[in-house]
Amino acid sequence: MRHFIGKRAFASALSLIGLIVLVFFLSRLTGDPTALFLPLDASLESRERFRELHGLNDPIIVQFGHYVWDVLNLDFGDSIRKARPALEVVLSAFQWTLILALTTVFLVTVAAIIIGSLAAFYAGGVFDRIATFLSLIGASAPDFWIAIVAIVLFSVNLGWLPTSGTGTIWHWVMPIAVLFIRPFGLALQVVRGSMITALSSAYVKTARAKGVKASPIIFVHALRNALLPVITVIGDLAAGMLNGAVVVETIFGFPGVGKLMIDSILQRDFTVVLAAIMVSAMAIFLMNLLIDIAYSVLDPRIRY
Amino acid sequence: MSAHLLEVRDLSVEFHTVHGQVKAVQSVSFHLDPGETLVILGESGSGKSVSASAVMNLIDMPPGEITSGEVLYRGKSLLDMTGEERRAINGAKIAMIFQDPLAHLNPVYSVGWQIIEMMTTHGMPSDQAKQRAIELLLRVGIPDPESRMRAYPHQFSGGQRQRLMIAMALALKPDILIADEPTTALDVTVQAQILALLKELQAETGMGLLLITHDLGVVAEVADNVVVMNAGEIVESGPAGEVYANPQHPYTKRLIASAPGRGEMAEPVKAPGEPLLRLEGLSKSFGKFEALKDASLTVMPGEIVAIVGESGSGKSTLAKTLLRLEEPTSGEAFYKGRDLFKMSQKELFGMRRDIQMVFQDPTQSLNPRMSVYDLISEAWVIHPEILPKPKWRERVAELLGLVGLSPDHARRYPHQFSGGQRQRIAIARVLALEPKLVVCDEAVSALDVSIQAQVIDLLDGLRRDFGLSYIFIAHDLPVVRDFADRVVVMQGGRIVEEGTVRQIFEAPRNDYTRALLAASLDPDPEVQAKRRAARLELEVLRP
Repeated sequence: MRHFIGKRAFASALSLIGLIVLVFFLSRLTGDPTALFLPLDASLESRERFRELHGLNDPIIVQFGHYVWDVLNLDFGDSIRKARPALEVVLSAFQWTLILALTTVFLVTVAAIIIGSLAAFYAGGVFDRIATFLSLIGASAPDFWIAIVAIVLFSVNLGWLPTSGTGTIWHWVMPIAVLFIRPFGLALQVVRGSMITALSSAYVKTARAKGVKASPIIFVHALRNALLPVITVIGDLAAGMLNGAVVVETIFGFPGVGKLMIDSILQRDFTVVLAAIMVSAMAIFLMNLLIDIAYSVLDPRIRY
Repeated sequence: MSAHLLEVRDLSVEFHTVHGQVKAVQSVSFHLDPGETLVILGESGSGKSVSASAVMNLIDMPPGEITSGEVLYRGKSLLDMTGEERRAINGAKIAMIFQDPLAHLNPVYSVGWQIIEMMTTHGMPSDQAKQRAIELLLRVGIPDPESRMRAYPHQFSGGQRQRLMIAMALALKPDILIADEPTTALDVTVQAQILALLKELQAETGMGLLLITHDLGVVAEVADNVVVMNAGEIVESGPAGEVYANPQHPYTKRLIASAPGRGEMAEPVKAPGEPLLRLEGLSKSFGKFEALKDASLTVMPGEIVAIVGESGSGKSTLAKTLLRLEEPTSGEAFYKGRDLFKMSQKELFGMRRDIQMVFQDPTQSLNPRMSVYDLISEAWVIHPEILPKPKWRERVAELLGLVGLSPDHARRYPHQFSGGQRQRIAIARVLALEPKLVVCDEAVSALDVSIQAQVIDLLDGLRRDFGLSYIFIAHDLPVVRDFADRVVVMQGGRIVEEGTVRQIFEAPRNDYTRALLAASLDPDPEVQAKRRAARLELEVLRP
């Protein structure tokens, strides 16, 4: 196991380096930041000073060398826009995203497993039909539309919830609810399908011949076998959310890493973009590692 | 009159499928008393498993439906009970074991947990259940039970897994044990051990044993009474010895007649000249594991060489290596005097035409999306020199006739055929290449006995007509006895004995060969009783 984690860490380090190279050079192709940061009538001199100050005059390879050295020292440089260390800017946004993503993934997992398992147990019945219908709607509904309709309904018309921003626990309700719907629909379908296979398996027949009650058959015998594909899908969905839920964060004015990233790209704040990518990539690496460990905990046949 | 332990009266079960109603079981009646062993004998689709599933409440309804009849346990109607009442009986009073113990044990829980669950489900405190589980493992012959409790099903051998299933089933000392093909997937020597264990445990507990099988040998070994089922109906029942000696129904007669192992044994072929295939010191290792050790073998033109052995003996590795599906670690193989392992890609391509393989499972080896015509004529797409295209249709019809199918079957797809017919298609496909040597890897193992006999006849006829040679890999000794000229016995990757079929079956020299023969089951209960006595003696003599 320790060997496996080491191997994984090495492979991830390689891909992180690849990522740094790619993003650094690609972001320089989008244009010159001086044009964006300084007023249109800024003098050539002040443009030159700006370039000098931020090292934009050096050959690109030298800029890259400086950058890599700094990254290795965990120094991502200052945000051009906010004049604060980029890593600090990113981490303060990332904590919002992390809470949002983890809460949503937790709710999605619990709800999809319980409802999906019951739907599989009563496959073809009324409960199953309703659950499947709702999950298909959920999986196919566009989140920007749901978000806007939810604001109109709950904030503007009913006045129950704040439209956007942060501050109280009520500010969390709509972002989480909107973010929940699509992953829930997908995960429910995966749980249901995987559970139907597990429930028709031979070992479930054995459990029935043993006289085991229905609830342990579903949630003990079948579920643990059915969880591997579910974990894969939920891990994938969680990775998407850790990158920042751009649409939801933008609509609800939520200060997460997705919104930060979009803003930084539009304003060519390279240091922040790079720091954000590195932080997200690290988070995704850690999550994939957790998923692999979860596999081997759930299924004794999987050993690394 | 006191009630029977278990009585099934006039039971009918139907399944609602897309093709309409299927009557799986029709008006079936039988009963079982304490200490009795009742065997339900039948081929696939006879309804034997469905009858047992009805007793255990394991039929999914829908699509299944019990349309008539009663199932009485000690005179009480099971079908009238609530789900909760039946649940309390399952496992505690009536327990069941199945054919494939690996699939029937939950892969993600330790075996100890699964055995303990049987007892805690029915109300036993968990510390007491744990103690009992250890006793049970010891009783069924699992060494070092305390630490093995924590192991998972995949960490046991096939025979041990069935022992675990038995330990679990017997945990609460049930009155009735239902065993659905409990030894079908096991090696012969392991099968003998498991059947002996079941009989011992029955003698200890006095339980009634309801055993389901397709194998007349199993009937001869364990049955007091037998019920013969065909197409959902009971065609005959009675004491096992009587039914075997004096079958009444035509189906029973046919079944007994087609049981292998009693035909004439082949006389040694005195084929002169050069061997078709000669293997010299063939070895194959996978990492540190030696699957095949120093195997040497010759096959003469027109000869049938059987390779017998249990799982892990290296017989399939030998076949794969000589087809060059695996590269050998060392050794040589000469086909018509030319070294198989030194052939160029082009020579190999030609050789592949000559050596063909028939696999165990025709459902998996035939592409389900290709019609029979496409499956057979594909050979000529790959080797166009065999036959010009205009003649394909005619030749396909001819080949289908040769294997006992009709020419208009060419338009159909594999799923429209039965298992035996599919194996015939696989054979027709092999014949399309006009091979010299056919390797049959357990080619009849998955087939019902009556179909098995037909396929064997077909293979034998093809040898007479076309001078084919066969390497016939099998674990089923009676089939080998009827079909082979020469027998090679393998154990642990090594050839331990080789001889003519008469020599191997009548005067085996190797201990392992003797053990294999002693463990194989004869369909005649009288012969089998003698053989069992002899085997017990052998075991007593063994240190």
